[in-house]
Amino acid sequence: MDDADGAFIDVRDLTKTFTVRRRSGLLRRTATRVHAVDGISFVLRRGEMTGFIGPNGAGKSTTVKMLTGILTPTSGRLRVAGVDPWRERTRLVRRIGVVFGQRTTLWWDLPLRDSYGLVRRMYRIPRARFEENLARCVELLELGDLLDVPVRQLSLGQRMRGDITAALLHDPDVLYLDEPTIGLDIVSKARVRQFLLTLNAERGTTVLLTTHDLSDIEQLCERVVVIDHGRLMYDGPLAGLHEVGRGERTLVVDLERELPPIEGIPGARTVRTEGPRQWLAFPASASAAPLVSRLAAEYPLVDLSIREPDIEDVIARMYAG
Amino acid sequence: MHLLRLNFAVALSGFRRYATYRVATAAGVFTNTVFGFILAYTFIALWHTHPHLGGYDQSQALTFVWTGQALLAAAALMGGGFQDEFHERIRNGDVAIDLYRPIDLQLWWLASDLGRAAFQLLGRGVVPLAVGALAFDLALPASPRRWLLFLPSVLLAVVVSFALRYLFALCGFWLLDATGLNALSALLSLFFSGMLLPLTVFPGALGEVARLLPWSATLQVPADVLMGTQPGSAGAGLAFQAGWALVLLTAGRLLQTVATRKVVVQGG
Ligand SMILES: Nc1ncnc2c1ncn2[C@@H]1O[C@H](COP(=O)(O)OP(=O)(O)OP(=O)(O)O)[C@@H](O)[C@H]1O
Ligand SMILES: [Mg+2]
Repeated sequence: MDDADGAFIDVRDLTKTFTVRRRSGLLRRTATRVHAVDGISFVLRRGEMTGFIGPNGAGKSTTVKMLTGILTPTSGRLRVAGVDPWRERTRLVRRIGVVFGQRTTLWWDLPLRDSYGLVRRMYRIPRARFEENLARCVELLELGDLLDVPVRQLSLGQRMRGDITAALLHDPDVLYLDEPTIGLDIVSKARVRQFLLTLNAERGTTVLLTTHDLSDIEQLCERVVVIDHGRLMYDGPLAGLHEVGRGERTLVVDLERELPPIEGIPGARTVRTEGPRQWLAFPASASAAPLVSRLAAEYPLVDLSIREPDIEDVIARMYAG
Repeated sequence: MHLLRLNFAVALSGFRRYATYRVATAAGVFTNTVFGFILAYTFIALWHTHPHLGGYDQSQALTFVWTGQALLAAAALMGGGFQDEFHERIRNGDVAIDLYRPIDLQLWWLASDLGRAAFQLLGRGVVPLAVGALAFDLALPASPRRWLLFLPSVLLAVVVSFALRYLFALCGFWLLDATGLNALSALLSLFFSGMLLPLTVFPGALGEVARLLPWSATLQVPADVLMGTQPGSAGAGLAFQAGWALVLLTAGRLLQTVATRKVVVQGG
């Protein structure tokens, strides 16, 4: 059951404070508080695929742990499918799938197939449903040849695909992915991304994706939630991130000859010159047309091109700011 | 019914996982056999100077040695089994994954340890006992009844051993480096199970106490049940084992509740 306003995951003023005790003398121990999550709020609707990003130590994994119910919030309100994940963990567990990229839910010494057999028993998945889901994942994630291989013999990318399958056999409504593409090569990444798109489109699975690979986000998520130091920095469409992060587009101008840096074009500033070529930055939200006509009127233009802002730069600037 | 099937599947997986390590199994059989011979000759020398030591004659003492070798791996008398793995999962945080699953942690590990024990009883226990029986004159019972009592006694030995190791392993939630604790657990087990010397040999109060401790349920009692030397009757031995199993499993359950609450609240 969803909340009345259609929110499938509802996070309000969520905080998590860890108390870390450190030895500070021979016998003395001091307690310091780490505000891992410091009052964040966001709402995910059913079927949304959302990117959840932030620098190391921002509190992403801590948030995901609270969403799965294995960690209790220090304060705030948390609802997944209308249920408090921690209090009603056993009820919710069958509706949630989790992939922790750094860990595996598979059994090291067992072939993938046997691990899946155990998952089937744990989650009480009806056999027909299980076979169907497994066949689908095996096909889309190309696991066919790997089912009888013990997990310890799988490569990282193969294991990750195996883990994603394990998280989906019980048809969860929501899938939390904590760095699912970490350490994967381009081919494996592409395969995982395509799979997630298909899953989301066909099953309407709600996906919350944590990653440091921003191209994951660009290809999969229309929406991003950015946190830093446990605080919400941005929540909205991916495109809007540029404005918040002071995203700038760049006009690359080739002049007839080497000239002093271009000046006096409103809204643009020259950030670099190299012989007859100059780079001008201007706000991503502004139109390039008036700039170009000004330039063409005042300078001997040979050629020009526009570079879109790099999402990595945008994020880096946000983290720094 | 569902729970039974799940736990059977878990036990089967425990069995299979150990079955994949053939070289380790062969090496284990070899070690157990050599260890058995060393102990056997030591005991022969000892019983030669002290006949009827601990109430056993020499062939009973030798039977005790080889029963010990048969149970050494299965009842994890020198530690190990699920304990190392569980402890490692607590240390590196993988236990979060176990907590997240729709399972009961204790039952899960018990089932998997029973599967392991079943494999190690067959894979590492039978051969040394057979070798011992061929090389020495053992007091193995001829009546199938005693063997039939021995089986549940072995099962209870494994359960008690599990319950003890589970308690030690749970301490890993508080002490991040519990290698010392694991070593202590192995040492206590080695000594108080009767592995090194039957507990009946221990004199006076030490012997009385040792025979009442839970470790005695992991070797001393099954060996006595097999040889028919259990004071009282075999039934008393089984009841003693079952009692400890119940107490220790309950303690494990309580400690588990506290430990998981700590993780859930504090993040381990
Ligand atoms: N169990 C814990 N005890 C104490 N502090 C913790 C614990 N778990 C996390 N923290 C702290 O909380 C903060 C957030 O950690 P978290 O793992 O959520 O970050 P993250 O956003 O997932 O980072 P990364 O990108 O590196 O995975 C960090 O400062 C971390 O040191
Ligand atoms: Mg993380």
